[in-house]
Amino acid sequence: MLNRSAFLNIRGLGHHTVDGVWRLGYALRFFGITVASSATAFRRFRLIVRELYFTGVLSLIIILVSGLFVGMVLGLQGYHTLQTYGSESALGVLVALSLVRELGPVVAALLFASRAGSAMTAEIGLMKATEQLAAMEMMAVDPIARVIAPRFWAGVISMPLLAALFSAMGIFGGYLVGVVLIGVDEGSFWSQMQAAVDVRQDVLNGVIKSFVFGVAVTWIALFEGYDAPPTAEGVSGATTRTVVTSSLAILGLDFLLTSFMFRGI
Amino acid sequence: MERSKLDLWVGLFVCAGIAALLILALKVGNMGSVGIGSDSYKLYANFDNVGGLKPRAPVKSAGVVVGRVARIAFDNERFNARVEMSIDNDFKFPKDTNASILTSGLLGEQYIGLDAGGDTANLANGDTIKLTQSAVVLEKLIGQFLYSKAAEGDNSKK
Repeated sequence: MLNRSAFLNIRGLGHHTVDGVWRLGYALRFFGITVASSATAFRRFRLIVRELYFTGVLSLIIILVSGLFVGMVLGLQGYHTLQTYGSESALGVLVALSLVRELGPVVAALLFASRAGSAMTAEIGLMKATEQLAAMEMMAVDPIARVIAPRFWAGVISMPLLAALFSAMGIFGGYLVGVVLIGVDEGSFWSQMQAAVDVRQDVLNGVIKSFVFGVAVTWIALFEGYDAPPTAEGVSGATTRTVVTSSLAILGLDFLLTSFMFRGI
Repeated sequence: MERSKLDLWVGLFVCAGIAALLILALKVGNMGSVGIGSDSYKLYANFDNVGGLKPRAPVKSAGVVVGRVARIAFDNERFNARVEMSIDNDFKFPKDTNASILTSGLLGEQYIGLDAGGDTANLANGDTIKLTQSAVVLEKLIGQFLYSKAAEGDNSKK
């Protein structure tokens, strides 16, 4: 009896491992095919512009409002901590560096995953469930080139822009709370910030981060939608998996990228 | 949604994103500040000890930022530190200018302070400032204080 259950457990483990590796390979192949067949999307740029509206423009409100509030909270909390050391003039440095290096790309990507990524998965999953993708194939239209690739590039393009808007809005929020509300000296707020933030080291690395997150989030969202079982349950499960997997991927990638980018600092 | 309206929104979004990137580069970052562009000249100074001075630290005269530290290297002939500064072209300093490493506040960053002398000739690109004063190292200061206290103690015994 014991032998039998141990046998079943080992077989189950093997099954899961093979399944996981197969899915990973499938996802990589999907990514490769998407990139390879994106020539059509760029030739018909209108498709990407349409998706930019849905992923980028419609995410603007949530990104701008959260950026403002994150910056305002940073300003308040940073002021209270820095004040105990008598260095509240470094508030600008604190707000700008934490936003540009970390919070901007990461929080914007997390919001993007739950706002636009989940929508992408649900849309493509439902297209698959209602056999729209199969119908396209029947009409000799490649669904990857026509549906997937434009969404992928729209996500990759809009993610760095959204992260930059998030950071800029956050710094404005920090300025509002720090300078306008609390009364930190405006000159030292900006000048210390400008002295500490390096364009290549901080701003450019933040943009690279958000670009990587954009690729990861849209890839996961599109793959989960494309791979979703064609049922109502399947689509809902895929949507949940998109948010969970892409959030974990963002945080893990962020740690990796940070440890490479800011090693010497 | 009609096509022109959609285009307008996407255009606005892209413009806003690029504007945010420019703000981050120019207003938040240091791309627009002195000592970065080509309109600056180089000055050198040798210090016995640079302390915690770092590249990109400000060079100030009378409290105003006039340039930045470009590079800090070890001079293997004189066994001291050679600091390269880029000074904005708008500012000229006399030959007998004094450079010293100062600290802003008790725990603040270190910077180079330039005190202009009275010479009529100005420093040109590539010149070396002769009169320098090193950074204050806290341990040495405490050591000197202790020695002087000990010496005082010896004197009072006699």
